[in-house]
Amino acid sequence: MAAVRFTILSLVLFVTYVGIGALAHDTHFSLAWAILATLLVWAGPAQIILISTLSSGASIVQAAIAVTVSAVRLFPMVVAVLPMMRTPQTRQRQLALVAHFTAVTLWVECYRFLPHVPRDRRMAFVQGLGSGLALIGLVATAIGYELAANLTQTFASAILLLTPLSFLFSTARNSRGLADVLALGLGLAFYPLASLLNSGIDILISGVAAGTIAFGVHKWRERS
Amino acid sequence: MSDFLLNFVGDWHALVVLLLAGVFPNQIWRMLGLWLGSGIDEGSDLLMWIKAVATAILAGVIAEILVRPPGALASVPDVLRYGAVVVGFVVFALTRRSIFAGVVSGELVMLAGKWWLG
Repeated sequence: MAAVRFTILSLVLFVTYVGIGALAHDTHFSLAWAILATLLVWAGPAQIILISTLSSGASIVQAAIAVTVSAVRLFPMVVAVLPMMRTPQTRQRQLALVAHFTAVTLWVECYRFLPHVPRDRRMAFVQGLGSGLALIGLVATAIGYELAANLTQTFASAILLLTPLSFLFSTARNSRGLADVLALGLGLAFYPLASLLNSGIDILISGVAAGTIAFGVHKWRERS
Repeated sequence: MSDFLLNFVGDWHALVVLLLAGVFPNQIWRMLGLWLGSGIDEGSDLLMWIKAVATAILAGVIAEILVRPPGALASVPDVLRYGAVVVGFVVFALTRRSIFAGVVSGELVMLAGKWWLG
């Protein structure tokens, strides 16, 4: 069963990157640009945001702000993932590679697989897993880019819808405590309101507000 | 340079933009996690707050793709995009949190709706 679920997450990753490759093609970025973005950014939402803001005529600074806001989530993920595999012998550059691979798919898989892997083997396991996932992403980006010219609009929109669906459900699946559930629900509800401000940092505003309320409610319930 | 290579690489200026607007703003958070992470207690209030904000920001990213759809997704009517997510979520909840069942049913609603509307 674990193997089957691994395949499904990899399949979602594959199709998501086919969609990103196709989006890059339709917005007139080069194939090298799309492949380098997957290799060096390695975060689906950040890549979609980067492509859609740049192609809508936003400045470099506006695009950079939009990307960096979406990437804040990587910080607690890295903080949570690295201690799972750190040993006294671990080198900093090995950790840097794992930090680079850390994104929602790897994060979910670490929680699922690492308890079954002996600690001294975990670094090798995660580097292998991360390289495998990155290879899937790179191949899918190139395939999506080349396919884009032949994709019908319906098929292309089905691929793009995959990202919000898979991110929503994988985040909901990993939401255990009240704080997680509230943060997810309030975050979804607050964005449409914050987007009325059209501030360029709408996601940051709704995220900080929703996250702080979720955290506050959790602390308040803990105390009472 | 051959035509193939020119097409493949495209405009070098765009590659610089990729680094400045995409790679650095994204990687800074991973590197901060790497540098500061060992000093933060996993159960601390600070980290709990950061996690809650990060989850809410991800929720915002999801909502943004639905509210302001990129590329071809903009061709799908609003009601259909939101309906697909709602139905997908109900199926996800009913199938004991199956990501696969939720994603497939959400996609089917969207495709069926597009077909229905022609």
